[in-house]
Amino acid sequence: MKKSVILGALTVAGMAAGAASAATLDDVQARGTLNCGVTTGVPGFAEPDADGVWQGFDVAVCRAVAAAVLGDPTAVEFVPTTGKTRFTALASGEIDMLARNTTWTFSRDVDLKFEFTGVNYYDGQGFMVPADLGVTSAADLDGATVCIQTGTTTELNLADFFRSNNISYEPVPIETGSEAVQLFLAGSCDVYTTDRSALAAQRANFPTPSDYIVLPEVVSKEPLGPLVRHGDNDWGDIVRWTLNALITAEELGVTSENIEELAAGTDNPEVNRLLGSEGTLGEMLGLDGQWAMRAIMAEGNYGEIFDNNIGEATNIGLARGLNAQWTDGGLLYSPPFR
Amino acid sequence: MSTISEERLDSGHGGAPSGFKLGMLLNDTRYRSYTFQFIALVLLILSISYLVSNLIANLEEAGLNISWAFLAEPAGYDINQRPIEYDSQSTHARASIVGAINTLIVAFLACVTATILGVVAGVLRLSNNWIVARLMSVYVEAFRNVPVLIWILIIFLAMSNAFPQPRAFRGEAPDAEMWLGLFAFTNRGVYAPSFINGAGSTIFWIVCVLSIVGVFAYRRYAKKLLYDTGRLLPMGWPSLAILIVPPVLAFFLLGSPVSLETPELRGFNFQGGVHLRLSLIALWFALAIYTGAFIAENVRAGIMAISKGQTEAAGALGLRPGRIMNLVILPQALRVIIPPLISQYLNITKNSSLAIAVGYMDITGTLGGITLNQTGRAIEAILLLMLFYLLVSLAISAIMNVYNNSVKLKER
Repeated sequence: MKKSVILGALTVAGMAAGAASAATLDDVQARGTLNCGVTTGVPGFAEPDADGVWQGFDVAVCRAVAAAVLGDPTAVEFVPTTGKTRFTALASGEIDMLARNTTWTFSRDVDLKFEFTGVNYYDGQGFMVPADLGVTSAADLDGATVCIQTGTTTELNLADFFRSNNISYEPVPIETGSEAVQLFLAGSCDVYTTDRSALAAQRANFPTPSDYIVLPEVVSKEPLGPLVRHGDNDWGDIVRWTLNALITAEELGVTSENIEELAAGTDNPEVNRLLGSEGTLGEMLGLDGQWAMRAIMAEGNYGEIFDNNIGEATNIGLARGLNAQWTDGGLLYSPPFR
Repeated sequence: MSTISEERLDSGHGGAPSGFKLGMLLNDTRYRSYTFQFIALVLLILSISYLVSNLIANLEEAGLNISWAFLAEPAGYDINQRPIEYDSQSTHARASIVGAINTLIVAFLACVTATILGVVAGVLRLSNNWIVARLMSVYVEAFRNVPVLIWILIIFLAMSNAFPQPRAFRGEAPDAEMWLGLFAFTNRGVYAPSFINGAGSTIFWIVCVLSIVGVFAYRRYAKKLLYDTGRLLPMGWPSLAILIVPPVLAFFLLGSPVSLETPELRGFNFQGGVHLRLSLIALWFALAIYTGAFIAENVRAGIMAISKGQTEAAGALGLRPGRIMNLVILPQALRVIIPPLISQYLNITKNSSLAIAVGYMDITGTLGGITLNQTGRAIEAILLLMLFYLLVSLAISAIMNVYNNSVKLKER
């Protein structure tokens, strides 16, 4: 009995500690590290490299925020989450932010009480099949066995797609992406479906990528972006504008190479405001003037991050497409820094 | 002097109610345990109410609330194994029920299989045959000491890689062929033939059920005759005859009312027949083999609890070893075996929640998985899950205890 009383007291203490987390910025600065939720591993987006250091497109957002807030892009504690655990981890305060190819939807934003701070990748759901299956369109998939990660928007889109096209399928629900890929490679399912970026990323790691094709259909809109808890607007602003700083930096031609030179002051007032040589934008966020400069120096501007992790030069080989700057015909459009 | 001490003795002995003092709550062994239990209870209630009020305050602060409305909303996702009517437009409540039935299906299958495996392995481990006994020891020790999740994954991955894909069955000279032309073993599970009921099939099925009942009635009668008169009727062939002859007769008299539908490869998969999904098979086998090892140990303990003299006495009467086990040892061992067996059944039911590892859509996968994730109603979903497992466990426990009372030692 004594033991359970002690355990009870510990639980009580734990919950009390969890409750007092309104000012996330203070917590992060006091802790000295940023707890950032990522996937359990999607090549190019978030995956530990051979040395165990997390690398990837989503990871870069975490590092940029850590650099802006703590001045150190390595001061990040990466918390791998599955599709199922990610929201609980964020809501309970286990992580300060989630950067984990999570789709911005109405119910997540409104009902689950999260705040999406922007979009770092415009995606859509697609289907991958073995090339020798002879399927060229998703409309031919009547009766197919489909591997799918549970607890994702893709699961709902899949049901809607097959229902609206009046064809049947056999869902094989799988907990993690890597497991689904294994089953797909073993032929336990005919089709693997998830966001097209993740399909491309995983296909790149197959022994012979050319044996598999991604079908042309895009069956949904999947705006992926980082999110934070509802209710701490100051922290939400920091994450939102860090992402915007990365996007704006690309638009204004600020790269990790020329940033030190530009920080001294330029004749473009927006660059000056972004890099802190003019105005007090950083102070408004509760940070210092060089916050955006540090964020951009962490892994480069948006374009550099894209090219280094998932761009055409990498083995993931994604084209910019929708994720090009608005000036280049894409959807990336950051509100102005003024 | 003497009178005073006698008075003291008297009051100390008989006058407990009248001489009750508050201090006795701590000092008197008769009350002390109650005192501590009461204090513990109060502390427990206080801490639970603190946790609950804390939870409510936290939820309120986050702008969340407790609501069950999500259960009536459309689920939006599909489930592959549907024992009842279900599609993606059905409600979350219905999805939970589908999951609950799936849990019960796999738990029932695993309980039956584990019991058979356990009894066989437990008896054989005590066999005089050295090789058989050692083999059973290896089975029991290997399976008991590796976590069940590992076994689930091993069986699942082994089967998904060992068996051919459905398309291997295609073409003029296929890489794989159906077993007996009826069963297809693929890495998506086993496709087996199913029955198609034609006219008069109801009568046929009734005959089948009646013949099974008949077998039990015959054996009961034979047992009674044996106990009453000592005459031993043959058991084996009459049982078999009662089981087989009437259905076969009925089948032909009614003009073959029931036919088999064999699975056929159409499109991507086999169509028709029954589809035992890989996830169900893996979960079922893993739970059965794993828990079977524990049951084997219970059975062994039960048998070893029976004095060796019983075996020797039965042997002295001229009974053969098989009969000694069935008529003398096992009936007595049951009263040792049943109570731990109940916990093993509970373990199977609870361990079936590991189904998500292989994507079997049990209640943890639907209500506690996808529904929880899509609606974000974690507290509500988990409470419902707890309630479900609690009810199922208590039900199993109650039923098994009724059985236990019927086999336990009756003292008259």
